[in-house]
Amino acid sequence: MSDERPVRVRVTGPRTGHVRRASIASEIDAQSVVGEIYMRSLIRSQLKLALGVVLLLALSVGSLPLLFELSPAVRRAHLFGVPVPWLVLGLGVYPVLIALAWFYVRRAERNEAAFNDMVGGGRE
Amino acid sequence: MSTLAVVAVLVVSLATLGVGAIGLRISRTTSDFYVASRAVGPALNASAISGEYLSAASFLGVAGLVLLRGVDMLWYPVGWTAGYVLLLIFVAAPLRRSRAYTLPDFAEFRVESLVARRVSSALVVLIGVFYLVPQFQGAGLTLRALTGAPTWVGAVVVALVVLANVVSGGMRSITIAQAFQYWLKLLALLLPLAFMLAHWHRHGGPTGRLHTVDWVEPMQGAHAPYLVYSLILATFLGTMGLPHVAVRFYTNRDGRAARRTTVAVLAMLSAFYLLPTLYGVLGRVFASDLVTSGRSDIVVLELPRRIFDGTAGDLLTALLCAGAFAAFLSTSSGLVVSVGGVIGQDLLGRRFDGVTAFRLAGVLAALATLVLTLLSSGLAVAHAVELAFAVAASTFCPLLLLGIWWRGLTAAGAVAGMVVGGALSVTAVVSVMVGETPGGWAGAVFAQPALCTVPLAFATMVGVSLATRSRLPVHLGRTMVRLHAPEDLELDRGSYHPEAAHRPG
Repeated sequence: MSDERPVRVRVTGPRTGHVRRASIASEIDAQSVVGEIYMRSLIRSQLKLALGVVLLLALSVGSLPLLFELSPAVRRAHLFGVPVPWLVLGLGVYPVLIALAWFYVRRAERNEAAFNDMVGGGRE
Repeated sequence: MSTLAVVAVLVVSLATLGVGAIGLRISRTTSDFYVASRAVGPALNASAISGEYLSAASFLGVAGLVLLRGVDMLWYPVGWTAGYVLLLIFVAAPLRRSRAYTLPDFAEFRVESLVARRVSSALVVLIGVFYLVPQFQGAGLTLRALTGAPTWVGAVVVALVVLANVVSGGMRSITIAQAFQYWLKLLALLLPLAFMLAHWHRHGGPTGRLHTVDWVEPMQGAHAPYLVYSLILATFLGTMGLPHVAVRFYTNRDGRAARRTTVAVLAMLSAFYLLPTLYGVLGRVFASDLVTSGRSDIVVLELPRRIFDGTAGDLLTALLCAGAFAAFLSTSSGLVVSVGGVIGQDLLGRRFDGVTAFRLAGVLAALATLVLTLLSSGLAVAHAVELAFAVAASTFCPLLLLGIWWRGLTAAGAVAGMVVGGALSVTAVVSVMVGETPGGWAGAVFAQPALCTVPLAFATMVGVSLATRSRLPVHLGRTMVRLHAPEDLELDRGSYHPEAAHRPG
């Protein structure tokens, strides 16, 4: 199938890294306590990142109905002749969503790169 | 007038078939049919996901709702976009890495239970029907509004094109067709809008109706905070659990590509959803009589003729008509593929080989929907799409979130949670459809059930899992490695393969 990559053979690089790669990957394969710890640390870092982004989403977009409900001034405010709630929900929310997504992707890939380095199958 | 609209519908249908035929030449294996052999690049895949996702509800429905009820309805497009943020951060990469084709595949793989698979399959068919019938009905109403043809004509046209496309080429052919339909839909809304805004700017219009307080200000009407937050919960969490959305993620190259595709989808949806709001506002200025006559749903198609006389209005209407049909066709194709895929795997896969089962199931799904559409013509199904999100958020969302991020999920917990969340949300949907809803607070809960049903589904899933924690899945450790470890590491990810589920022997 198309997603099968050719086997990577490392021809240079410190020997210690090579030994470490074999041992941590095989710890994970053997589902040993050490392997579990590595997997759990990856999952925990990704989950923490995801929950952080959810918190940002809740505080920004998710708090808008509450803000509108509690503040008649915001509900009736105008900017450039357009009511602010229309401006925010019709336009302003979307760049925030894209920015949050982009932030998440960069951090998630960084977490995975760190995991790859630790287990040894680096990208370079 | 009607000839131009008919020509537009014919052109879109033929173009869809033509673009689909490109895929036909290259679709040969079972996995081509189900998931386009997972060799679709992020840009094409993101166009296809967006093209498939933007249904009649987005193309026609949002503008109608904005015209009718004002600013609070902007939460629909916001939620339908934000749903992809939640999908991205919790589900996209692990779902791709699970290498399952469908949501039932994921359920079976994660909790290692055939019962969980069957319950998921039933839910896929149910959500698919809630979503499909409004597309077919929308096609009928659109053709009737433009040509006076009886409503079954539009539904039959959509059914035939979808059938031809799905049966001939499967996922590969509809990937290309749907990518084309995203750009068609964007252009079809953008061009007429530009002309109409220019006209409004130059000649003005009666703007008095824009200043009604309960239309222009947010959080109006009884139970507004509950309704808005429940809508937010349903749309934010429901997107990840829609069967035709989930199946698209398996066509990415790997988990990383799945994430990047999702960001591209977010940008494409954001661009699109800027437009329907403006149609709603223009409708308030130039076509406010549609509110009193109860036809606000066709405001998008009606506007050009209200503003421009003669050929200009007819041409723009024909373009919008083409866009609307692109919306019906692309969403219906995606749903028929995912519903058909589930029927093919679970009901027909034992008796037929993969490709034959897929084709038969596609025919079955499309014809069954056509029959249901004709039977349900008296019911209020137009807004069943919105309610389908509540069902997805109350069933597949807890399954995916807990299955991917919590080791404690057991088969019993998954099944119990999906049954409780599904039963409660489907009850609400059906009572809204047949028009049997109570008044007051209970009525608000039936209209937007997610804020009640989603927490209940989560609580059931967690509670039953804790009570049965001695029966964790046997391969849990390997499953977690497969879901979370990047693909470029060589690790043992277990042996589960979904093709085994529909390839007998």
